[in-house]
Amino acid sequence: MKKIIFAVTLLFISITAFSQSEKYMQVMQQNIALLDSAKSKDDYQKLANKFEMIASKEQNQWLPFYYAAFCNQMMCYNGLKGDEIDATCDKADVQLTKADSLQPKNAEIMVLKARVTGARIMVSPMTRGAKYGRKSGEILQQAMAIDSLNPRAYLTAGQALFYTPKMFGGGKEKAKPVLQKSADCYNKFQPTTPLHPNWGKGFCGYLLMQCEEKK
Amino acid sequence: MKKLLLIFFALFFSILSFAQTKISGKVTDGKNPMVGVSISVKDSYDGVSSNNDGSFSFETSEKGEKILVATFIGYNSFEQKIVCNGSPIVLNISLKEKFNELKAVTISAGSFDASDKKRATIFTPLDIVTTAGSAGDVTGALKTLPGAQQIGNQEGLFVRGGEGRETQTFIDGMLVRNPYNTSVPDIAQRGKFNPFLFKGTSFSSGGYSALYGQGLSSALVLDTKDLAEQSETNLSLSSVGIGGGVNHLWEKQKMSAGVSVGYFNLQPYYALVPQNIHFSKMPENGNVEVNFRKRMNKNGFLKFYAYTNNNALGLQRPDINDVDHLKTAFDLNSKSLYTNLTYSGMLNANWNINAGASFSGSWDKINLGELRNDSVLDYRSIGINSSNTLSQGRVVFTRYTGVLSAFRIGAEYQYGWEQSKFTSFGINPFSTYQFADNFTSTFAEMEYYFNAKIVMKPGVRAEYSSILGKENVAPRLSVAYRLGKNSQLSFAYGDFYEKPDRRYLFYTHDLNFEKATHLVLNYQRIHNDKTFRVEAFYKDYKSLILTPLSSLSLVQNPSNLYSNNFDPTNISNGGHGYAKGVELFLRDKKTIKNCDYWISYSYLDTKRIYSYYPSEVQPDFAANHTLNVVFKQFFPKLMLGYGVTYSWASGRPYFNPNQPSDKFMSDRTPDYNVVGMNANYLTHIGKAFTVLVLGVSNVLGQNQIYGYRYSSDGTHREPIGLTASRFVFVGCFMNWGVDRRQQQVDDNLK
Repeated sequence: MKKIIFAVTLLFISITAFSQSEKYMQVMQQNIALLDSAKSKDDYQKLANKFEMIASKEQNQWLPFYYAAFCNQMMCYNGLKGDEIDATCDKADVQLTKADSLQPKNAEIMVLKARVTGARIMVSPMTRGAKYGRKSGEILQQAMAIDSLNPRAYLTAGQALFYTPKMFGGGKEKAKPVLQKSADCYNKFQPTTPLHPNWGKGFCGYLLMQCEEKK
Repeated sequence: MKKLLLIFFALFFSILSFAQTKISGKVTDGKNPMVGVSISVKDSYDGVSSNNDGSFSFETSEKGEKILVATFIGYNSFEQKIVCNGSPIVLNISLKEKFNELKAVTISAGSFDASDKKRATIFTPLDIVTTAGSAGDVTGALKTLPGAQQIGNQEGLFVRGGEGRETQTFIDGMLVRNPYNTSVPDIAQRGKFNPFLFKGTSFSSGGYSALYGQGLSSALVLDTKDLAEQSETNLSLSSVGIGGGVNHLWEKQKMSAGVSVGYFNLQPYYALVPQNIHFSKMPENGNVEVNFRKRMNKNGFLKFYAYTNNNALGLQRPDINDVDHLKTAFDLNSKSLYTNLTYSGMLNANWNINAGASFSGSWDKINLGELRNDSVLDYRSIGINSSNTLSQGRVVFTRYTGVLSAFRIGAEYQYGWEQSKFTSFGINPFSTYQFADNFTSTFAEMEYYFNAKIVMKPGVRAEYSSILGKENVAPRLSVAYRLGKNSQLSFAYGDFYEKPDRRYLFYTHDLNFEKATHLVLNYQRIHNDKTFRVEAFYKDYKSLILTPLSSLSLVQNPSNLYSNNFDPTNISNGGHGYAKGVELFLRDKKTIKNCDYWISYSYLDTKRIYSYYPSEVQPDFAANHTLNVVFKQFFPKLMLGYGVTYSWASGRPYFNPNQPSDKFMSDRTPDYNVVGMNANYLTHIGKAFTVLVLGVSNVLGQNQIYGYRYSSDGTHREPIGLTASRFVFVGCFMNWGVDRRQQQVDDNLK
C-alpha cells in the first residue's frame, strides 16, 4: 500500500512538474504564434504584457525577456511618440540586459539591442540620427561577429540602410545586397527550438520587393 | 476502502483545481481609464491587458492567497493581496505616475535649455545654425528668443534692459572673459566659438543658478561635446574664407582628438559688394582650435579645448565734423587665446566632482586717428595697447540624493589682469593703466524635489574681489510647480553682482559691485511638440557706475566703446534703475509637416541713471517692443531646407546733443525691421557628405538705424547703420567620415 501511495505521489509530482514546463511551452508557443498577426501598438502592448508576465514567472528563461523586449521595440515602430519611445526603449534595454545575463553572447539578443538603439532615432532624427545610428551599427557588428549567418542581423542592417536617406549613406541600392544576403540566410535558417526567434522573413521579402520597384 | 478514499480524494482535489476564480475591474490613472495595463496574478500564467475603457476580466486557476499585480510603463506598479477561492473578485485599480526625469517638473523661469540630454528640449544646437539671420552665430540665434534685444551696432546679448556686458558666457562651467572678437566702433562682432562645439546651450534671461555669477542680467551656459562620434575630415569653403579640420576617434572609443584651422578674409567679398565704409585693412581672421577628450575609469571624463586667433582690420569714415577733409580711422590688430581643461567623474556612489582650470588672454593693438586728405595719420592719433588675461580654477561637488534631488557645493578662484597703455600725439610715451584682481567665490545650491510636482532650488553665492576690497552674498531661489500633465508654473528670485567695467577700475578702486535683483514668474506649457511660455519679470538695479560729465556737450558718440564719456575724477556707485516686462514665446514643430516656427514677443519698460546720464531715462540699448518670427522648413525628399526670420523692434532712444538736459534721450530712432533668409541643400560631392548654404541678411535692403553720430557742435549728424544694405553668405561644408560599420557590413557580404 505504502508503495502504491509512494508511486502515486511520485507520478503526481512528475505530472505537475511535467505540466509545468508543458505549460511554459504551450503559453510561449501560443503567444509567439500571435506575433504574426500583431499589427498595432495595442496588439504589441498586449503581447508585451504577456511575455513580461511569463518572464516574471520564469526568471531563468531568456526567451520570455527576449520576446517582451521584441514587443516593446515593435511598439516604438508602430505608433509610439517622443518620450514614450525613450521610456519604452529604456524598458526593453533592461529586459535585454537580463536576457543577455541568462544567455551571454547571443547574436539574437544583440540584434534586438541594435534595433532598440535604432528606435531611439525616431524621437528626433535630425539630432539623433548620427549618434544612435552609429551605436546601433556597432552592436549589429558584434552580432555579426558572433553569428555571421544570422538573417535578422542583415535584415536590421538592410532595413537601416533602406530608411536612411541616400545623402546620409543609405538608400535602396545600398540596402538591396544586404537584404538579399538576409533572404539567403533566412532560406538556410532553422530555429533551435520552436520557441527560438524566427521572425522577419516576410518583412525582408517586403523590403526586397520595394527595392525592386522603380524609384 | 483506503483506495476508494484515495480516489475520492484525488478526484476532489482535481475538481478543486479546475475551479476558476474570475477577476475583473477597471484601471484608471485616478481620473481617466488606462489602456494596455498588464494585470496578472503574480507568479502565474494568468493575466490580461486592460481594454480601451480600462476594464479587464480574466480567470485564474490559482488557489489561496495570491498577489495581483498591475503594471504600466511610467507608472508605479500596483500590488494587492487577493484570495482565490472561486468567488469572483472585482477590483478598481488606480495607478500613480512614476517620479522620473521625463515627467518631473523643471525650473523654467528665466531659462531656455537646449540639449539632447533633457528630452523635453526647447532649443537645440541645430536650431542655432539653421536660424535664418543668425549667420551661424550662437548669439545671433539667441537674439530671436524672448528677453533679448536686437542690437546691431554692438556685440553681446542685451537682456531685459541690461547692457551686453551684463551677460556672461560660461564654457563647461568656466567664465569666458572674451567670448566675442574685439569690439569695433558701431559694428557688432561675432562670437568666437563655433556652435557645433557644444552639445548643450542654456540661455538664462534672469534668475539663474548660484553656480554662476558676475552677470547682472543673464548667463549663457555652454557645454562642450563629449567624444567625437567618428573619425572625420572637414573642409569648408565660403564667400568669407576657408577652413578645415580633422578629428580622430581611437578604436576603443575612449579617446578622441582633433585640430581645425580657419582663415577668413573679406577682401574678395567686399570687392564684389561695395560697403558703406572704407576698409583700409580688409577684415582678416585666422584661428586654430584643438580639442582632446578622454574617457577615464570610474565614469570620469577629461576634456581639453584651446582656441587661438589673430584678428585684424582697419576702417575709415568721413569725420562728421569736416566730411570733406577729415576722416576718422580705426585700426585693430588682436590676438587671443582661450584654453579650458575640465574633469568630471564620480568620487564614490554619491558624490560627483567637476573640476576645471582655464587660462585665457586677449592682446589688442588699436590706433584711433584722424586722416587729412587721405594721407598720413594726423597728430591727433591715439594708440591703445590693451590686454587682459584670466586664470581660473573651479571645483564643484555634487551629491545626488533621492531620485532627482541634488546638492551642489563649490568654489572658484580667478586671477584677472587688465592693462591699457595709451599713447597720444604719436610722441608721448605710453601712459599705463593696469590692475590685477584676485577674485574668489564659493557657492552652494540644493535642488530638492518634494515630489514629481514641486521642485525647489535655494542657493547662495558669496564673492570677494581684492581690487574692490569688497565681498557680496547673493541668495537665489527658484521654485517650479506642475499644474497639469503638460503645464507648469515657475518662479525665480535672486541677487546678482558684477564688478564695475575695467575702464572705471583703471582710475579708481574705491568702488563696489553693481547689483541687480530679479523676480521672474513663468508659465509654460509643452504638449505635442508645441511650446507656449509667458514670463513676467521685475528687475531692480542698484549701485550702477555713475560718472556724470560737467556738461552734456562733452558727450562723444555714446555707442562707441572707445569714446571716453566719463570724468575719471568723479566715478561712483550712485546709479540705479529698473526693468520690468512681459514676454511671450510660442513654438510649434507639429502643425505643418517638416516645419518648425517660433514667435517671440518682448515688452520692456526700463529706465536707469548710470554712466554719463544726467537723469533716469530709458537707455539707448533698450526698445520697448521686440518681435521675432522664425520659420524653417525642410523637404526630406529634395534634401533641401530653408528658413526665414523676421525681426521687429520699436525705436530706441538716442542721444541728441541739441536737446536740453531735461529732454535727454527723448528722441527715438525709426523702428527696426529686418528679414533674414537662408537655404541649405544636402548632397554628396564624391565621397563627401556636403551641405551647401546660402544666407542673406536684411533681404529687403531696409535702412537700419541704430542711432546717430553727431558733430561736436551738434549741427550735423549721420545715422549709425549697416556696413552694407545686405550681407550674402555662400558656403560649402564637406565632411569625409570614416564609418567603419558600413565597411564591415560590406566585408560580410563578400
